[in-house]
Amino acid sequence: MALFILRRLIQSLFVLLAVSVVVFFAVYAVGDPIELLVSPEASQAAREAMIARLGLDLPVWQQYTGFLWRALHGDLGTSFVHGIPAVELIVQRIPATFELVFVAIMLTCVIGIPLGLVAGLYRDDYLGRGIMSTSVLGFSLPNFWQGMMLILLFAVWLGWLPATGRGDTVTVLGVRLSILTANGWSHLIMPAINLALANIALVLRLTASGVVEARSQDYVKFARAKGVKPGRIVRRHILRNILIPVVTVIGMEFGSLIAYSTITETVFAWPGMGKLLIDSVYQLDRPVVVAYVMLVTLIFVVINLVVDILYAALDPRVQLVTPAQ
Amino acid sequence: MSAKVYLRSALLACTLAASAAQAQAPAAGSTLKIGLSSEPTSMDPHYHQATPNDAMTSHMFETLVGQNAKMDLIPRLATAWKAVDDTTWEFTLRDGAKFSNGQPFTAQDVIFTFCRVMNNEQSIGGSYPAIVQKFANVEARDGNKLIIKTLKPYPLLPNDLTRTGMLWSGIVEHGPITFDLKNKCGVTGPWPTVADFNNGRDVIGTGPYTLKSYVKGTGIELTRNDAYWGDKPAWQAVKLIPVPAAGPRLTGLLAGDFDLIENPAARDVKRISETPGFGHVITPSVRVVYFQFDVARSPSPTVKAADGKNPLQDVRVRRAISMAIDRKTIAARIMDGAATPANQFLPDGMFGTLPHPPELKYDPEGAKQLLAEAGYPNGFELAISSTNDRYINDAQISQAVAQYLSRVGIKTTVDAMTRSVYFPKRAKREFSFAMGGWSSETGEASSFLQYWVSRFDKEHGLGTSNYGGYDNPEFDAVFKRALVTVDPAEREKLLQQSLTLALADLPSIPLHFESSIWAFKKGLVYEGRADQYTLAMSAKPAK
Repeated sequence: MALFILRRLIQSLFVLLAVSVVVFFAVYAVGDPIELLVSPEASQAAREAMIARLGLDLPVWQQYTGFLWRALHGDLGTSFVHGIPAVELIVQRIPATFELVFVAIMLTCVIGIPLGLVAGLYRDDYLGRGIMSTSVLGFSLPNFWQGMMLILLFAVWLGWLPATGRGDTVTVLGVRLSILTANGWSHLIMPAINLALANIALVLRLTASGVVEARSQDYVKFARAKGVKPGRIVRRHILRNILIPVVTVIGMEFGSLIAYSTITETVFAWPGMGKLLIDSVYQLDRPVVVAYVMLVTLIFVVINLVVDILYAALDPRVQLVTPAQ
Repeated sequence: MSAKVYLRSALLACTLAASAAQAQAPAAGSTLKIGLSSEPTSMDPHYHQATPNDAMTSHMFETLVGQNAKMDLIPRLATAWKAVDDTTWEFTLRDGAKFSNGQPFTAQDVIFTFCRVMNNEQSIGGSYPAIVQKFANVEARDGNKLIIKTLKPYPLLPNDLTRTGMLWSGIVEHGPITFDLKNKCGVTGPWPTVADFNNGRDVIGTGPYTLKSYVKGTGIELTRNDAYWGDKPAWQAVKLIPVPAAGPRLTGLLAGDFDLIENPAARDVKRISETPGFGHVITPSVRVVYFQFDVARSPSPTVKAADGKNPLQDVRVRRAISMAIDRKTIAARIMDGAATPANQFLPDGMFGTLPHPPELKYDPEGAKQLLAEAGYPNGFELAISSTNDRYINDAQISQAVAQYLSRVGIKTTVDAMTRSVYFPKRAKREFSFAMGGWSSETGEASSFLQYWVSRFDKEHGLGTSNYGGYDNPEFDAVFKRALVTVDPAEREKLLQQSLTLALADLPSIPLHFESSIWAFKKGLVYEGRADQYTLAMSAKPAK
């Protein structure tokens, strides 16, 4: 296990390095941020001083090696636009995104898996068919449209929930959380549902098809023949066996929701990381874009590792370290 | 995810919202909630000169000279000012103005502020130091007088000082403060950083509000400064929340999250006014939208003529292009009325503009004739370069202009791109006919001419945006005199003369002035500002 984790960590270092090269040069190719930062009123001297201060006068490979050297010392650069360290800027946004994604993933598990089970078990009933056909809407309706409709219904028409932003926060260990206040929840619930809908549909369908497949397997038939109670068959034999792909998908979705829930964040003006990325790309705030992608890569690497470890816990046949090498 | 899709859904939202919310404007003395279209990047008044930043910090910090909603100069922390001679200005400082911590405002704070501007290493853009760099000396005299000596005649000094917010000198350790930049002006402690302002520690100003909290991306909270020397603002507290996407910002207003929003999409204005419980105001701004010609090079990158030359070098061609465009229709249809057709580079009536500018008429027949005279009866090929996310409806404007030009025989295409790609390309001079937008923040005519029309002159900061390479010695001679003429009447005459020369030669053609829009709950009035600032002080309960 320790060896496996170590090996994965070394691999991730190479992944991070490769990502840093790609992102750094891609952002460099987009354009020169000086034109967006310095006003035409500034004197030439001020302009040149600015270019030198941001290190933009160096050749690109020197900018990259400089970046790499500072990154190794834990400094991913200072935002051109905000004048504070890029990592600080991103970290300020993390709690908002995390709590949104956390609630969305919880909704996904709590609603998606049971509904999927029901749909799989009662595949030929109206109930099962109804669930399956409704779920199509979950991912065929565009995300932003769902968001707009939610706002229209609950905020504009009914006036029950606020339409935009994040609610009151409580500071816990220096982290601002809105998940602990009633006002926070009233702001959180709509974007979380918006973010969860497509995933609920995905997990639901995945679970349902897994159930259908597992039900016809020999071990299920055998258990039934043996007289095992239906409830136990579902819990013990079916559910456990179909969870592996579900866990994989949820893990992957967790990562991509954290990094790229941009649409939901934009529609609900949720102050999360995705919005920061878009703003930074528009403003050519290179350090923030690079630091952001590096951080997201790191998050993905960690999530994949956790998913692999979960596999082993769910399926005793999975071995993390290939034996006899 | 495209902006268009958002806009369309916003539109839908508005149509359906006709039955909308129980809008109730806040009572005077309570909290005003504002939805902003762009977030200020810092609470430091000398960090980056941009409209959102300057508007935000002017709640807490005040300048010596102020600007009213029409951008006329008004007394603020200085009650009067006059030019003693060509290079000496005398400002009378306000008695009785106090900082939010109770300390009185003095000349020492002004000198400290100028020194801090020059020692703000993190600032970007260089606009604030550009002003103080022109000073030779600043000193206090007779208690409440401040004497600023400049290196050269600096007629625009009062206009430029409308953007430098005054700090309290007590935020750093210091000895006696003098304008001695070489010796840090007597400051002994470390200079305040951007972070010191963002966390609120150094936000101590004389303004009508104080900063309660600032969380990047989430919002800004202000509290009324009850010790304020001037008119008390109506709201006890203000919450400003950034919502950059226009659709969600509007739904936020309709759902009751906000009392006031800035810049709703122009196409939604009609629906806002049809929705009971909401109102709006449209105010012409000083931002002019125009097209700049490449007149220096032949051939030029995005224009192709049969003779291989650059037809844009011929003033008849430039005039023909201007005549081919129907500005009134663009303002009415594409801008949904949120624009005023422009006949010069600053709205009529502002200092230095022409009182009766010749109208830039729509005359396609005349345009064809001029093109034929210039030797292009069959036109030529031209690509319009423009942004698609910087100015209001910029890509659509370019499309419309392309059609107008095609009608007079110029085969025109549009190359619209995002601003982060566009501006660097324009600076590398890759365009021949490029869209631009300029807000004359000084509120007078010299600003546009200085940066866009004057011949490029690195040392004197002239023509720094003259990407077209326009070079007219006659214009330069008159304009340079205007820049150093302190006497207002004479300067106005010289500026008008410069403007007449520029409009005869058309190195750029003005299109229209953008209007700013604010939408709000009924029960509120908002005085729209020409400088596009969104200020809590400008919102009042309706009587």
